[in-house]
Amino acid sequence: MNPRNRPDRRVLLALAALAGVMLLWAVASGALVWSTLEPAERGLVGPLIGSRLALAGVVLLFVLMIAAVGINALYRQYIVAPARLLDDARIVLGTDVARELTPLGSAENRALTDVVSGFAEQRAALRADIAQQVRDASRSIEQERSRLAALMSELRQSVVVCNLDGRVLLYNNRARLQFRALSDAPSVASGAELIGLGRSIYTVFDRKLVAHALENIQQRMQRGVASPSAQFVTTTRAGQLLRAQMTPVTAGGADGENVTIGGFVLMLDNITRDFEEDSARDKVLLGLTEGSRASLANMQAAIDMLDFPDLEPAMRERFQAVIRDEVGALSTRIRTLADEATRGLKARWPLEDMLGEDLVSAALRRIETLPAPRAQADEVDSALWLKVDSFSLLQALTYLASRLADEYDIRSVQLRLQPAPQGGRAHLDLIWQGQTMSTETVMNWQMDAMTAGTERSPLSVRDVVERHGGEFWLERERIRHRAFFRFLLPLAGERDQLDAATIVPLGSRPEYYDFDLFQASESSRELADRPLTELTYTVFDTETTGLNPSEGDEIIQIGAARIVNGKLLRQESFEQLVDPQRSIPAASIPIHGITPDMVTGQPTIDTVLPAFHSFAQDTVLVAHNAAFDMRFLQLKEGRTGLRFEQPVLDTLLLSALVHPNQESHRLEAIAERFDITVIGRHTALGDAIVTAEVFLKLIPLLAEKGIHTLGDAREAAQQTYYARLKY
Amino acid sequence: MTHRILIADDEPNILISLEFLMKREGFEVTVARDGIEALAAIVDQRPDLVLLDVMMPGKTGFEVCQEVRAQDALKDIRILMLTAKGRDTDVAKGLALGADAYMTKPFSTRELVVKVREMLGSAP
Repeated sequence: MNPRNRPDRRVLLALAALAGVMLLWAVASGALVWSTLEPAERGLVGPLIGSRLALAGVVLLFVLMIAAVGINALYRQYIVAPARLLDDARIVLGTDVARELTPLGSAENRALTDVVSGFAEQRAALRADIAQQVRDASRSIEQERSRLAALMSELRQSVVVCNLDGRVLLYNNRARLQFRALSDAPSVASGAELIGLGRSIYTVFDRKLVAHALENIQQRMQRGVASPSAQFVTTTRAGQLLRAQMTPVTAGGADGENVTIGGFVLMLDNITRDFEEDSARDKVLLGLTEGSRASLANMQAAIDMLDFPDLEPAMRERFQAVIRDEVGALSTRIRTLADEATRGLKARWPLEDMLGEDLVSAALRRIETLPAPRAQADEVDSALWLKVDSFSLLQALTYLASRLADEYDIRSVQLRLQPAPQGGRAHLDLIWQGQTMSTETVMNWQMDAMTAGTERSPLSVRDVVERHGGEFWLERERIRHRAFFRFLLPLAGERDQLDAATIVPLGSRPEYYDFDLFQASESSRELADRPLTELTYTVFDTETTGLNPSEGDEIIQIGAARIVNGKLLRQESFEQLVDPQRSIPAASIPIHGITPDMVTGQPTIDTVLPAFHSFAQDTVLVAHNAAFDMRFLQLKEGRTGLRFEQPVLDTLLLSALVHPNQESHRLEAIAERFDITVIGRHTALGDAIVTAEVFLKLIPLLAEKGIHTLGDAREAAQQTYYARLKY
Repeated sequence: MTHRILIADDEPNILISLEFLMKREGFEVTVARDGIEALAAIVDQRPDLVLLDVMMPGKTGFEVCQEVRAQDALKDIRILMLTAKGRDTDVAKGLALGADAYMTKPFSTRELVVKVREMLGSAP
């Protein structure tokens, strides 16, 4: 009811009361006057008044009207205006809407309105301030996180952070490469089946081993050790030796009390190679001591016998033969040991892997900064990876070039890089035309501390060469009238080259971390009761030779992506072509774009399926028209012995559930409805990624329909019309 | 009475010298070229003392020593272990397994003779 249009009951009551009072007053005063009159006067006055009663009534009515107007004005001023202010204030209090309050009514009421407006403004400002602060704080947290992730990804040490359940929250690129080396099927899954956000570290490490290390840490923490950590060494399934250093991630208790472990950091070292090298070194040492002891004993005994003056010539000859024999054996042993030892000794100084071509171009640039000589590349083998301390090596090259210019007036030099004929090493040559120097000069140049331009180094060329376990000499090519300094440098081992080459260029920030998983804990709830937003999914797609697996159609490609904690992890994908060991029908090629020559030499399903099985372990499978893909997987169960028993969700069914009135639930149509950009459609991985994005959009829409858990989703999907279709 | 000594070592180059030396010192000497042969000779001939090399094919000196000590009938046989293994852990192991003395290669033959005489309790 709007008080502006219809008068309040209180106003009418007040008016009625006023009318009553006035009437009563008129009657009472009339009666009083009447009682004082003589009967004669009464006879005179009675008719006089009686005839004018109507007039008195009109006057009364007039007075009442004036009173009504006055009361109404007062009512507006003192009742309606505060009531409106009350309503408005309640709205402002109860909602976030910022609204202007119109001042009404009395001066006091207007002032009160301003005060309320002031409070509202103050509140809005405070809120905005808090929101801004929250935004700033989360931005800085986000920055810190990405800084941390960037730092981690550049580390040469492999780092894995897990929560207490052993789920991976963070790992760096180094760890990814290391796990790749541990994988049973490195060419297929690239170790992605072992390491990934949300994956269990216990697929790689024995759970008891980790639990034991954690226990040790807890004990140390209880004893008050400042930075407790534990170390363990373990062999992996692939026979590699890993050393893990475990440090706890603690939470709470800034004062040092009530500290609880929220997770742990593992720093991993693959010590297989170190261990092999150590063993080799031990063998050398043992060969030197024990082997030599026996020889020496033999010789000493024989020599002692030779000391007897009465020895017969035949016997003397035999003892001498023993000594000759043992000296020969000892010499051979020392020669072999020396060979092995120098091989082991070469890399004491930490050397880095560097593409030879890069080293040469860096050297050319450095020499060009000198006043003389000019420098050019000669023949450079672009496939060579060197193991070098590039800084000191570049200093050495620059130093030699500048000395050639200063002392022999050499105007131009060339750099040449070639593999050494004996293998395992490379020749890096600094070549010049013209005058050469004496061997003695070369010796001096080697021994002098290096200087080039303004740059001074405490090292000599000899130091640099020794650092590389290499050699250095001068060679003369008389016919071509030129000479060169030759550095004999070590090549990078094959595995090192691979490591350096497979480091992925970091375009977008890789999703190698998800700290929200710290809060996630192994739910004791049944899988079916867990919310869809919390689960880990493997979204996959297959390309096949045809539609009928039972009639011999085969998988030719599997692609899969992972969803962890509501995020699509593009970095942790699976994509593999499969040799179907049968022909690919020409009619199907335009659909999947896979030609027969693309699958030749690819692994067969017997290799790929186990890798995919590991990749999909402990996750919920999601596919578009899942029944189709699952049939292909299930038909292989007998042959590979692998059962895909995890729950399956179908985006086709879920889409039909959310949009029952849409005509098409083809993947393209759904993607278009959700405005998802489709890239690389009709490759297995491309389709898997689109399916994953569709699935992520479906989750909130399902929640609107009251479908929150995995169990809800499966039950609802079964009931949709499409579920009754047979594929 | 002449003491009988068995020399067990797989290296002919040391056997030559030790055999010559021990014979010259007036002992009756037999030799064995591996662990199995050594054990058989010990059981067979009951020598008074064995010069036992540790690293031999067939059975190591440690094994031979242990098996000899396991037989009561052989308990009077003195065992002097000779080895190129110079670590104190090896010495400890040899003595623990029942060797009476232990010499690390290379050794002086004079000291060896002194040691052998000492163990047999006979004056030179």
